[in-house]
Amino acid sequence: MTRTPDDAAGPVGGGPPARGLARLRASGPREESFTSRLRSPAVAARVGVALGCCFGLAFVTGLISHYAQLPDPPVPFPTSPSWGYRLTQGLHVASGTAAVPLLLVKLWSVLPRLFAALPRGLGQVVLVGAERAAVGLLVASAIFMLATGLLNVSQWYPWQFSFRSAHYAVAWVAIGALLVHVAVKLPVVRAALGSDVDDAGLDRSSATAQGALSRRGLLRVTWLAAGLAVLATAGGTVPLLRRVSVLAVRTGEGPQGVPINRTASAAAVDVAATGEAYRLDVVRGDRVVSLSRADLEALPQVEQSLPIACVEGWSAQATWTGVPVRDLLDLVAAPAGSAVVVSSLQQRGGYATTRLPGNFADDPRTLLALGLSGEPLSLDHGFPARVIAPDRPGVLQTKWVHRLEVEEGGS
Amino acid sequence: MSAPARGTGGRVVLGAVGVVVLGYGLWLLVSRQSLEGLVDVGVWWAVGVLAHDVVLSGLLVLLGAAGARLLPPAWRAPVAGGLVVLGALTLLAVPVLVGLGREHAPDNPTLLDRDYWAGWGVLAALTAVGVVVARYLPRRRGRG
Repeated sequence: MTRTPDDAAGPVGGGPPARGLARLRASGPREESFTSRLRSPAVAARVGVALGCCFGLAFVTGLISHYAQLPDPPVPFPTSPSWGYRLTQGLHVASGTAAVPLLLVKLWSVLPRLFAALPRGLGQVVLVGAERAAVGLLVASAIFMLATGLLNVSQWYPWQFSFRSAHYAVAWVAIGALLVHVAVKLPVVRAALGSDVDDAGLDRSSATAQGALSRRGLLRVTWLAAGLAVLATAGGTVPLLRRVSVLAVRTGEGPQGVPINRTASAAAVDVAATGEAYRLDVVRGDRVVSLSRADLEALPQVEQSLPIACVEGWSAQATWTGVPVRDLLDLVAAPAGSAVVVSSLQQRGGYATTRLPGNFADDPRTLLALGLSGEPLSLDHGFPARVIAPDRPGVLQTKWVHRLEVEEGGS
Repeated sequence: MSAPARGTGGRVVLGAVGVVVLGYGLWLLVSRQSLEGLVDVGVWWAVGVLAHDVVLSGLLVLLGAAGARLLPPAWRAPVAGGLVVLGALTLLAVPVLVGLGREHAPDNPTLLDRDYWAGWGVLAALTAVGVVVARYLPRRRGRG
């Protein structure tokens, strides 16, 4: 058998006779050098649709996550369901994870296009050049999104840029380039999806060699790879998968049954300030109520089962005990709907001060938690006291809280 | 592919929306990053594209050629399928296998708290079993 699987002769080594425009290129790989039937619009369109869905889902859930982190959103972020953010952020990371095998197969299936010759005529060159620029941006931004997302989940940051704002901005680039790409390719996609996967009508003229796999076989292993990628990682947020997810960044275990995103020492918390000297100040204007941890424990305690859901995609449901934030605000007679500025003892990191919008502060489930899983909070979970609110990104569930200041005249 | 001029109105609108969204993203990028950060984003874009388009793609072409020469025909499809699955999972596993996130949080025992090489070994073993099963499965799809 000669030249059976994909490009056995390779783009480097000759390939079939050059046709038409390929004569323009003297040497090197040409579009015609790729001979596998698998590198076809029939495969690219099917994998592309799945990949587009993953990117769409990751984009929408990413927007939700950024909106949820706005300190003062124009339309309040809802506090229900309490597992809402857990679901959307879990989907965000899962869809990005599933996109890795899909992107690899998609790019493999269209690789010959990278070597396509430019058409003749200035108008055509400009048009095709613009399309290729958009495709180039799409490929670069897609790889960037998946690579930085995966690394960030494992808390490995080999870059100088701000992850949060770069991942956000490049997401818009990726989705914009994707829309352009879909607009250009829609007729091909329609034709490809409208005919049998083995139909050769849309194939490049050189793509006649049987691949190692059939097209159906390639699609089947692609879906399998995407499914396995999710199963192998989702255990950090789906408890049922904990034992299956051998590549999950977190097992979901931790002190008091909950993982820790940032330890007290990583956040530079002064341990002395969490001891006898600790006071929680509840402030409204010039009214200040100062409470020790014992004072807080003497207030009526409420138990709530709420998830902690990190932007990095892991989450855990837990039982928290503490004082409803609204009860504390009543001590300084804060009006209903008051937003609260929450200050932490942490001296390192960007979330030492957070804003709890009025709808979160008023929700009876929002606690200044003192205990977790029936024990006093451990230091790394935020001892002496931390915020836990329903449907809220983990970075805003401020730990080591020492001050709650009511925003005056705010909504 | 060869008739870009035959676009319907819907496609033109979609493309225009895409250009606006793309432009907004580029503006966000330029306006909210330091010069240093921006250069680094550019480096990441270039390295990502080169790593894929040159290194990985070239490697896959060589693997395909090697497979065609060295593998008995009956093994080619199962092995190719196994490579798609294990290759993708391995790339996905690089951050946890390397595990440099631990250096960032050395005192956090709840981060990267598995034996990932053992986990990867399990996935590789499962893939190998799948390849062998696919090889000897009596079911044959009609593909020449």
